[in-house]
Amino acid sequence: MTDTPHNAAPPLPALSDRLKFYAIWLVVAAVLIVLPKVFSSGGSLTTFSLIGISIIFALSYNILLGQTGMLSFGHAVYYGLGGFLVIHTINIFTANKTPIPLPLVPLIGGLTGLAFAALLGWVSTKRSGTAFAMISLGLAELVASSALILRTFFGGEAGISANRTKLLRVFDWSFGPQIQIYYLVAAWTLIAMVAMYALTRTPLGRMCNAVRDNPERVQFVGYDPHVIRYLAFCFAGFFAGIAGALAAINFEIANSAYLGAVQSGTVLFATYIGGVGFFIGPIVGAIFVTILSLGLSDVTPVWQLYFGLIFIAVVMYAPGGLTGLIMMHRPLIRAGTLGRVIPSYAVAFVPTLAMVAGLILVIECSVYAAHGDGNPNIRAFGVAFNAASPLTWGLAVVLLIGGFVVARRTWSRVAQAWDDALVVAREKGLAA
Amino acid sequence: MNAPVSNTAIELRNVEKSFGVTKIIQNMSLVVAKGERHALIGPNGAGKSTTFNLISGYMKPTSGEVLLRDEVISHLPPYQINRRGLSRSFQVTNVFANMTVWENIRCAVLWATGQRYAFWKNIDTLPEVRERTARILTDIHLTARRDVPAGLLTYAEQRALEIGITIAGGADVILLDEPTAGMSHAETERAVALIRRLTEGRTLLIVEHDMSVVFGLADRISVLVYGQIIASGTPQEIRANPKVKEAYLGEEAA
Amino acid sequence: MLELVVISTLNGVLFGMLLFLMASGLTVIFSMLGVLNFAHASFYMLGAFFGFQISRWVGFWPALIFAPLLAGLIGAAVERFGLRHVHKNGHVAELLFTFGLAFAIEEIVQIIWGKSPVDFRVPRALDFPAFTIFSTNYPAFKMFMLFISIVIFVGLLVALKKTRVGLIVQAALTHPHMVGHLGHNVGRIFMMVFGVGTALAAVAGVIAGPALVTQSNMAGLLGPILFVVVVVGGLGSLPGAFVASLLIGLVQTFAVSMNGSLSDVLGPLSPDYATTWLSDIWNVTIAQIAPIMPYLLLVLILIFRPMGLLGTRET
Repeated sequence: MTDTPHNAAPPLPALSDRLKFYAIWLVVAAVLIVLPKVFSSGGSLTTFSLIGISIIFALSYNILLGQTGMLSFGHAVYYGLGGFLVIHTINIFTANKTPIPLPLVPLIGGLTGLAFAALLGWVSTKRSGTAFAMISLGLAELVASSALILRTFFGGEAGISANRTKLLRVFDWSFGPQIQIYYLVAAWTLIAMVAMYALTRTPLGRMCNAVRDNPERVQFVGYDPHVIRYLAFCFAGFFAGIAGALAAINFEIANSAYLGAVQSGTVLFATYIGGVGFFIGPIVGAIFVTILSLGLSDVTPVWQLYFGLIFIAVVMYAPGGLTGLIMMHRPLIRAGTLGRVIPSYAVAFVPTLAMVAGLILVIECSVYAAHGDGNPNIRAFGVAFNAASPLTWGLAVVLLIGGFVVARRTWSRVAQAWDDALVVAREKGLAA
Repeated sequence: MNAPVSNTAIELRNVEKSFGVTKIIQNMSLVVAKGERHALIGPNGAGKSTTFNLISGYMKPTSGEVLLRDEVISHLPPYQINRRGLSRSFQVTNVFANMTVWENIRCAVLWATGQRYAFWKNIDTLPEVRERTARILTDIHLTARRDVPAGLLTYAEQRALEIGITIAGGADVILLDEPTAGMSHAETERAVALIRRLTEGRTLLIVEHDMSVVFGLADRISVLVYGQIIASGTPQEIRANPKVKEAYLGEEAA
Repeated sequence: MLELVVISTLNGVLFGMLLFLMASGLTVIFSMLGVLNFAHASFYMLGAFFGFQISRWVGFWPALIFAPLLAGLIGAAVERFGLRHVHKNGHVAELLFTFGLAFAIEEIVQIIWGKSPVDFRVPRALDFPAFTIFSTNYPAFKMFMLFISIVIFVGLLVALKKTRVGLIVQAALTHPHMVGHLGHNVGRIFMMVFGVGTALAAVAGVIAGPALVTQSNMAGLLGPILFVVVVVGGLGSLPGAFVASLLIGLVQTFAVSMNGSLSDVLGPLSPDYATTWLSDIWNVTIAQIAPIMPYLLLVLILIFRPMGLLGTRET
């Protein structure tokens, strides 16, 4: 009985820790400021803006999936409604010369998302698990179909548009040029990231984790899991609304695609591929998926199929997402046994790459076979080949099957090396 | 406030519980006085865990009433009952497996310290929460395992954590469902000492199979057979009761 | 009016039975494997497209047999080589796996058959009016659809009551926690249940394909309604799925045939509001809101019976 309650508690963060914590955010801010100076083309500014919007959206989604364990198929509802309201707001402000500048307008999107989440959330969050997932899907369909019926407000198929440059100006920024929109998005991204991180460190944030882990037990420590799910849902709706508002400002238009199933699916993909178990997971996922979807669509017409296959592969082989894959190496690095797995990775890399290349060839040749235009000399991923030639087909099949047979052996060697390295890390008390 | 302040912590009045056509609990009445350690014993399938589920709000009785300090609670959800000062543990360990030991205890402390659903406070710097969590952690001897995810604890450690979560909210009526099940003899002794110390001054209702634990710990014992209380009394009375001997202790003593 | 009621009832029951063909497989899979197959409607779509393709090659009748068989084999393979692998990562991962699968199947169908509807026609042998009520010809093919749905419905009932696997499935429906104790052949039973469930969805696809539109978005359109059916009926409840299928089938069919709007009942909207969004609500007809009826029903059920009509289970 040498323990005393005093030293049983984890130490309060020391001053240096707290400074380190603020320093991280300062570095992020600095990177956001400098980024457009390094990559200044119009295309990269647009990409950065889209990534920022996607980061806010994915982080808001992870309040549900990663923090509270709620799988939603309809998160775009709050994103889209935020976007629509903001377009209307800009038009109304412009018409009435309301003295509110554009940088504050995303808050209206956030409040819209919050209001609708507060309205629809109470019924949605009555159930958890699979039922919640299906309910979120049903409500998303309800809102998306209603949007097509209420044509005056939602503008039908075409959507509604606004001119973002006519609002009250501060510092003489018109928000016409993309660079100004980039800084607007960057500022909101930083604010939203800090706010959502802070949320995870509050009593509500920790109880969200408890509901994710064991909703039954939560009831026996005095909390109503329904209320916790509801509050998490409202916060997620708020930040999704901000993301939607920024998207609407960026494109100066909002249409029914904003709140549709594809948008809901995209944020789910981005969040899960990035990794739901860590705060930075959705950030990584948003960056990765945005760049991937922009990049893939240039090199292959069936990029969405690859997108789906990548998602399935992550679900099957890396349920922790990209961040989880990286983080699982942390105990090995600490124990100094990372060197034991690297060679096996190198060995496994070659046949795995061959297998993937074979799969891509098979897909691209099949696409040509299904509806090619008669010229079999096609390009995919920047490589030219003859999609109709038996030689190509033969090569594709050999790569795919041969690659798979060899790769499977190398994977088991990776697993073996991994186990050995982990055992050492465990012995040193650095892994559980 | 003219009503006399009674001395009962928990009272079951003619409680029945059926699943479909099967009656698990039949016309059960039970009184647990404030401050006593009351053990509920009986053979497997007698309805002991169901009784706990009915008292803690996990299930609603088919008929009859459950009272906590003379207030009817049988219509309330579990979290409302918990807030009124009744806390239970589970027979099968039921903790927050992906959260650390520290966080597990802290979750159980939050409501009692009035944090409610606060989303504007930094949880790491709340002095009362820290202090109280640290005290519970010390009480259950898990300070050395503070930062380990609960799912990775040993079985005995998880059982200790289970008790820790149950008492952390400061409830004065504690229900423990087979706290020593599956433990070695030495572990059981330690657990009993722990329970004795932690429930000092509180009301304890305990389900237990280990008769040495029951007779060592309990002030009063009730015997449940086929969903009915067949006897209720002090350990001496229960030991001497012929009905109990026939229905229950007979087979144990053999 | 009577004509409308009779025709709508027939169509409603037909749509409901089609929904139940899918919802039954979905429910049994959910009860046994614990996973709601998000790609279930995708197998309905695969059924329709396989049916279309095989019809072209060898005719409709072989297609009615082989398209579901093929889809069922793919379903069984999905369980064996995909789902079973994901199982250890929990139900969310399983649901996400089937979500990704639904996405990929839609892309593949688009690659092979394109985005526009394909010309999947009613077989000539059934291309005549079965009977005429008042002035409406009721097509024989629809009667055939109804016949097939009912035959399979009866077949399912018999299989559930009389076969060994049927008894296991029944046990799983009432005692989902006991599924793990089925013994060493549990994997084979899971694979079979998944294969049969997806094959049933594909049957629905083959018979619905010629009557409705066979297009790459058909899974995306029907999927959400199907999930509404299983939630409204009560997750894991087969009778619930049946009731909800018929209910939603009838509600939607009747709504489509009604033209009333608020302006018909309350008179035209004051001209002051004629150009505002209020006019959208005022002038919309019941027929126009038919597509959102199932979802409105879902919200109502959630408010008044969160477990679903006949549901008992929390998750």
